Amino acid sequence: MKELLVLIPAFNEEGAITNVIEEVQKAVPGAFVLVVDDCSADSTRFLATLAGARVLTVPHHLGLGGCLQAGYRLAYELGYDFVIRVDGDGQHDPADIPRVLEALKTTGCEMAIGSRFVGGHANQATSLPRGIGIALFRAILRPILGKPVHDPTSGFVGVNRAALNVFSRSFPLEYPEIEALVVLQRKAFRFTEVPCTFRPRRTGTSTITPLRSFYYIVHVLLGVFVNVLKYDGRTRRS
Amino acid sequence: MERLLNVVSLLSLTLAAFVLFSLRRKHIRVEYSVSWLAAAIAMFILSRWHGGLAWLGQAIGVADPALALAMIIAGVFLAVFYRFSMILSHLKDANTALAQRCAILEFRLESIESKDAEA
Repeated sequence: MKELLVLIPAFNEEGAITNVIEEVQKAVPGAFVLVVDDCSADSTRFLATLAGARVLTVPHHLGLGGCLQAGYRLAYELGYDFVIRVDGDGQHDPADIPRVLEALKTTGCEMAIGSRFVGGHANQATSLPRGIGIALFRAILRPILGKPVHDPTSGFVGVNRAALNVFSRSFPLEYPEIEALVVLQRKAFRFTEVPCTFRPRRTGTSTITPLRSFYYIVHVLLGVFVNVLKYDGRTRRS
Repeated sequence: MERLLNVVSLLSLTLAAFVLFSLRRKHIRVEYSVSWLAAAIAMFILSRWHGGLAWLGQAIGVADPALALAMIIAGVFLAVFYRFSMILSHLKDANTALAQRCAILEFRLESIESKDAEA
């Protein structure tokens, strides 16, 4: 078995991808670094390869969820025990990867979420609309998950092989972070949160507009609702 | 009223002709043309069969045959659109799975080729 694969979804991230890969290599030397290139129109693929990562290029734009699932599928087929996802825009600090990996190994949880709202990192700034969205999703997820989740929209996520098996077969395709928690809950898997540092994106601008935020909230709420309806009580861990 | 029914008849014949033309030019596949042809035939029958339209109008509680016809046509088209939404959803899932598999196979092929080159 191989231990750790670091999964970096990237779409037009030529300005940040090299630094992210170098930081990952520095934080976890020897880890397999896989960039999933979502059919970027810029030099993302070339620069990622140049920086020493392996690149999985999907043949057409799949969106974040489709890209992540492709990476999870490959990681599962290659036999990796743990996969940790960091974003290709540099918002996640790869120096936190060992802490997320340690949490996966020591807690026995199937998922470890890098959180900006727990531990000594609880005061990291976020925009008002995002803060409202996070508060809303916290309130909705609390009864579904059976425990509080402080940073449900975090993309800094580590999973073990059991969760990898599930995600390689079933993964939300458009806005995956929150729905993925519910997918795991349906399997009675557990998660833990690890304090992590989030940084401003290094390049590009966020595509989130008020209208998209509204669509995001409606879409995710619907996705959560559908996943809860699909819930099979027989799979709950005793 | 009669003029409206004539317009609906004409529209239904135009729709059927358009679908058949698209089929002949292979712009749409046979299995996806069936819904549209069925909708066109239903529209044509209702616009020509006054007794049936009046009966259907009574059945759904609409006294005005023109309004009843509009509601029935809207219902038929909603059903067709919903069917196509289901087909599109299935196709998108299949397409995503295929794209992922294609990317993984390409990745593994490149790995084998680079190993061969090293050897």
